[in-house]
Amino acid sequence: MSTLLEMREISMVFPGVKALDRVSLTVEAGEIHAICGENGAGKSTLMKVLSGVYPHGSFDGEIIYDGQPLRNRRIHDSEEKGIIIIHQELALIPLLSIAENLFMGNEVASKGVISWPLAFQKTGALLRRVGLNEPPSAVVGKLGVGKQQLIEIAKALSKNVRLLILDEPTAALQEADADRLLDLMLELKAQGVTQIMISHKLNEISRVADRITVIRDGAAVSTLTKAEISEDRIIRDMVGRDMAHRYPERESHPGEVLFEVDGWSCWHPEQTGRQMIKNVSMTIRKGEIVGIAGLMGTGRTELAMSIFGRSYGKGHQGSVRMHGKPVDVSTVSKAIAAGISYVTEDRKALGLILDEPILRNISLANLAGIATRSILDKRREAQVAEGYRKQLAIRTPGVQQKVVNLSGGNQQKVVLSKWLFTDPALLILDEPTRGIDVGAKFEIYTIMKELAEQGRGILMISSEMPELLGMCDRIYVMNEGRIVGELTRGEASQEKIMALIVKDVGRVA
Amino acid sequence: MSEPKQSALGGHLRENGMLLALVAIVVLFSILVSAQGKPMFLQAPNITNIFLQNGHVIILALGMLLIIVSGHIDLSVGSVAAFTGAVAAWLTVDLDLPVPVVIVLTLIVGGAIGAAQGYWVAFWRIPSFIVTLAGMMVFRGATMLMLGGQNIGPFPKAFQAMSSGFIPDPTGLMKPHGLTLIITALAIGAVIWIGVRARARDAEFGVTPEPAGLFWGRTAVIAAATAFVGYQLASFRGLPNVLIVLTVLIVLYAFFTENTVQGRRIYATGGNEKAAKLSGIRTERLVFFCFVNMGVLAALAGMMVTARLNSATPKAGTGFELDAIAAVFIGGAAMAGGSGKIVGVVIGALIMGVMNMGMSILGVGIDYQQMIKGLVLLAAVIFDVYNKNK
Repeated sequence: MSTLLEMREISMVFPGVKALDRVSLTVEAGEIHAICGENGAGKSTLMKVLSGVYPHGSFDGEIIYDGQPLRNRRIHDSEEKGIIIIHQELALIPLLSIAENLFMGNEVASKGVISWPLAFQKTGALLRRVGLNEPPSAVVGKLGVGKQQLIEIAKALSKNVRLLILDEPTAALQEADADRLLDLMLELKAQGVTQIMISHKLNEISRVADRITVIRDGAAVSTLTKAEISEDRIIRDMVGRDMAHRYPERESHPGEVLFEVDGWSCWHPEQTGRQMIKNVSMTIRKGEIVGIAGLMGTGRTELAMSIFGRSYGKGHQGSVRMHGKPVDVSTVSKAIAAGISYVTEDRKALGLILDEPILRNISLANLAGIATRSILDKRREAQVAEGYRKQLAIRTPGVQQKVVNLSGGNQQKVVLSKWLFTDPALLILDEPTRGIDVGAKFEIYTIMKELAEQGRGILMISSEMPELLGMCDRIYVMNEGRIVGELTRGEASQEKIMALIVKDVGRVA
Repeated sequence: MSEPKQSALGGHLRENGMLLALVAIVVLFSILVSAQGKPMFLQAPNITNIFLQNGHVIILALGMLLIIVSGHIDLSVGSVAAFTGAVAAWLTVDLDLPVPVVIVLTLIVGGAIGAAQGYWVAFWRIPSFIVTLAGMMVFRGATMLMLGGQNIGPFPKAFQAMSSGFIPDPTGLMKPHGLTLIITALAIGAVIWIGVRARARDAEFGVTPEPAGLFWGRTAVIAAATAFVGYQLASFRGLPNVLIVLTVLIVLYAFFTENTVQGRRIYATGGNEKAAKLSGIRTERLVFFCFVNMGVLAALAGMMVTARLNSATPKAGTGFELDAIAAVFIGGAAMAGGSGKIVGVVIGALIMGVMNMGMSILGVGIDYQQMIKGLVLLAAVIFDVYNKNK
């Protein structure tokens, strides 16, 4: 077997973060090579380097492809050489037909005029190759995710793919669709298409992959052959690192039960029959910090948002109790009134009005708190904002400053202020430290600690396991919309969390 | 890490620039008109006419500001004004109902039309551009249908008074008009008091206040202009009823947008609807309300225009929607929603009104008038974008 691709000592630095640290990867012609690693380990960055999303010169190291140095200036360059990447979020245009999507940007045309008969004929042939029985004129948006995934692969085949990269190809698929996809991958391998597959699912990896490379904290830890693949080994390689961050010392004295959710379920808002949250039950006590661990896309944000005023999903089932009494959380204002706050994962798109000043953002969720009979008291508004500015140390020349001008950490403090002003008993924090620097992270942790000491309950969703282990009294582990385990502070470890997830994935398959 | 500093002019740059532009345009026309040897531009009848002939634009622009702030647009207001004008004419002339009843019924019809359009926009999320484009056609047709291709008129005096009446003078002075002078003096006092109070509050909240010279300079300009306009009106026929209605509405809407919970929530809805929803705000209801409000104001504008022309005509209100939208954007609102102030919108509408009148007096053809107004709109928005990117 000859070597098709060799990535040598690739390093890439983003402002403040070393995303890749001298990663080397060798892919033999005709193999399926799996890449494994935690969220944020650098898998996707490495693939973006390969496909030219990050052009030659923006990273250190060398790529040898088919015996030649590969120097992409843009994605088009790598596609021309037959390197095609299929992203986790499919890049199809839902309102167009299969044929139109397949040849998007690569139209079957002469002198700018598209020949539809020829395009339909070619589409038909490609669809047969991927085993999809749909007419070329079918509208893509009406097909399921599984079929859309096949269309993406057909699109890659239309470009004479030699190296196909699949980023978590089965993450959004039902079991039967996932099976079909894996069969297709093996079939393509038999036809000589080399493939790189990013996946967490060990059962899938052991079924199709010839070799596996584990990446951790931006560095390649190991490359294993099929014979060497074992669950324990991969888990250890994936998480085996020291606690890199520091957390405030805290002693926890959980009080009585504050928040209970029982048998909570909900369904995808558009895809009928796709259950996103499956019979989730959990409790949080006063003064307790509880974490939810899980890989991306396992329904953690969906769980939080569906509880917070049914902001996500439909067909909600289950009950919520606060202080032992059932509460109505069917709208956001009712959830707020019940003492629940939700600090969103995406603070710019969902948490803040960027063009408005700090004080207007802080008062937004509790305008009644600064108004008398619906008339705003702007003096009180300024005093409230000023109070939080001092309390949470928001660094700004004044509370009239527009939020858009603040750093990530200070923006997060504004969002926290907004929710603290509603005086919540329970704060749900979704990725509270995402995109903020290390110093500001420590400040956010300290604020969380103080809030818990005031007797509030905190539910923390995070993809950073060290953060969960450093802050939480208890951790629920979630996978595929279900709670698959619960660990106390004493028993929790990265290995145990990862093992719960991986074993559950195995159980499903 | 260095945090940005607030500029000394801060948020005041835009309004000061607008006011300056209005003053400059008035001065320009004064010079051009006297250069042609015509009677003074700023004489009492002209000033009175600016308000009589543009009152409806200001009223429509008040409603349009709320619509645009909430992130939408309403293209139907011209047709709705025409239709409600026809309704008012039918109720008054054909059914012979008393004027107060007609006014109330017509406003209700306007509100119902706004509700019918707002329902689709707010709760079905049909783009407002499409819903109101449809409304524009539907209500233009309905107006023609109702009037049967003819004008309805004339109206009783009481109805006409809505647009062409003047306030009485209980002081008995008549020349100059005593009550007008008293109201003018009160208005000047109010402008200075509100300005000083806002400035004091800025200082208290830690906002860098605008330089004292700029503040007093601007206040002096506004006070002098108010005094001049008031005196001119007093020496002619007194304050027009329209101006009283306008002033009340402007103060009401300025207060609503800046000092009430619901007003604030409309800005939040346009600024970031998802964030507003997740903060417990029912954004659909607010958008619906904005459209109902727009319908009511369109009915008011429709009645005023009908009263001024003393007849309801099938062609009434053509292009009103564009005048109102232009006034809102000249006044500094953002296309994307979430920003814009009542004061800016009023100045924007006055700029358009003064230009209309000035160019007509100068004998500029309607062809050039349209082109010049278009370029002014473009220049105002470019000025905004330039300032934002700087």
